[in-house]
Amino acid sequence: MRAVSIEEAVAMIPAGASIMVGGFMGVGTPWRLLDELVRQRKAGLSIISNDAALPGKGVGKLFDAELVSRLTATHIGLNPKAQQQMLAKQIAVDLIPQGTFVERIRAGGCGLGGVLTPTGVGTLVAEGKRQIEVDGKPFLLETALRAQFALVHAFLADYLGNLSYALTARNFNPVMAMAADTVIVTAEHIVPVGVIAPDHVVTPAPLVDYLITNPSG
Amino acid sequence: MDAQEIIARRVARELRNGDLVNLGIGIPTLVANYVPAGLSVFFQSENGLIGTGPIPEQGLEHPLLTDAGGRPISALPGASTFDSAMSFGLIRGGHVDVTVLGGLQVDAHGLLANWMIPGKMVPGMGGAMDLVSGAKRVIVAMQHAAKGKSKIVAKCTLPLTSVRPVQLVVTDMAVIGFPDGKATLLEIAPGLSVGEVMAVTDAELAVSDDIPQMKI
Repeated sequence: MRAVSIEEAVAMIPAGASIMVGGFMGVGTPWRLLDELVRQRKAGLSIISNDAALPGKGVGKLFDAELVSRLTATHIGLNPKAQQQMLAKQIAVDLIPQGTFVERIRAGGCGLGGVLTPTGVGTLVAEGKRQIEVDGKPFLLETALRAQFALVHAFLADYLGNLSYALTARNFNPVMAMAADTVIVTAEHIVPVGVIAPDHVVTPAPLVDYLITNPSG
Repeated sequence: MDAQEIIARRVARELRNGDLVNLGIGIPTLVANYVPAGLSVFFQSENGLIGTGPIPEQGLEHPLLTDAGGRPISALPGASTFDSAMSFGLIRGGHVDVTVLGGLQVDAHGLLANWMIPGKMVPGMGGAMDLVSGAKRVIVAMQHAAKGKSKIVAKCTLPLTSVRPVQLVVTDMAVIGFPDGKATLLEIAPGLSVGEVMAVTDAELAVSDDIPQMKI
């Protein structure tokens, strides 16, 4: 793990990169990294995020700045800008069930080729996918999902990179921290090593590549 | 009592002590307001919480504690938090006893369409498909008709949420179940006749001689 400034961290992300972004409707979203992506105008991004949040909030800011060319998400109904850009074919949007979304990312992080899920069998979601029977029950084969970068927001981080999360801000963060080539973390508080008890570490330090040390606020 | 309150009150009577319950957005959210006294259930919010409590008073909101719509909520003593993989493991894995969801259409076999209107409304399905696939009991809470058109249809014309049928539909006019896979009128709202309900229902309903009133 290396401690870096937010400017340095975002400078490493090329235009057109694939990026997983933690958070659920802007809660648990690494918003400072998103602000910096906008400031450095990294365009053509392929974003993997549960939702598009709201205009002006969380991932929504990337749509305000028109930096997204592709979005993989589960729900974008609360962001009219993302909807407009989808309908205008400015962005390609892949909408998938939320349980499938997180399991595909988990598979990507855990060395699995994919997962078998009953969700979506017999619906539009099944189009173009292999259906596999196990013990007489039909499942869809959903393939693993990975990205070049994961932007993760933790509650506590120590200087080794151990992370813990708070309340509903955990959501997709620990799963995404497993599924990208480079993991960049912002935290509400950075604490000395040992403050986060071993039993309370959710994301172990070796998974984290960069920790942002700019003071927040 | 307005239509939404009738629906929410009737659905609340379906909950059993100790149930793990997931409420969708819209009318289903209101069900939490009418849990019968003395009954203790766990509410799950699929963004990672079991033990959802009431909306906090102004000034007491916690920015890292919200429902699946991003609105501030509270956590009751005994609540637990977890990541999204576990949250949907609970849902798909059959650990959620009851889910209450809104609906656009339910057909004569109990199949639900509730996530898109092609060309008009394409918000994404969020957690709806997983909930209908995996929850032990799926209850649809919706208005009986919209703009004069029945939402209980012979066959869904909108894209299905799942090929697994729901267990119960509660509307402002009736309660409909699907014993043997066939839509059956179980209860009607106070003040309505069976004929009045049938007149605004597209799907064919099995009807017995004596249909009780909805208890609300």
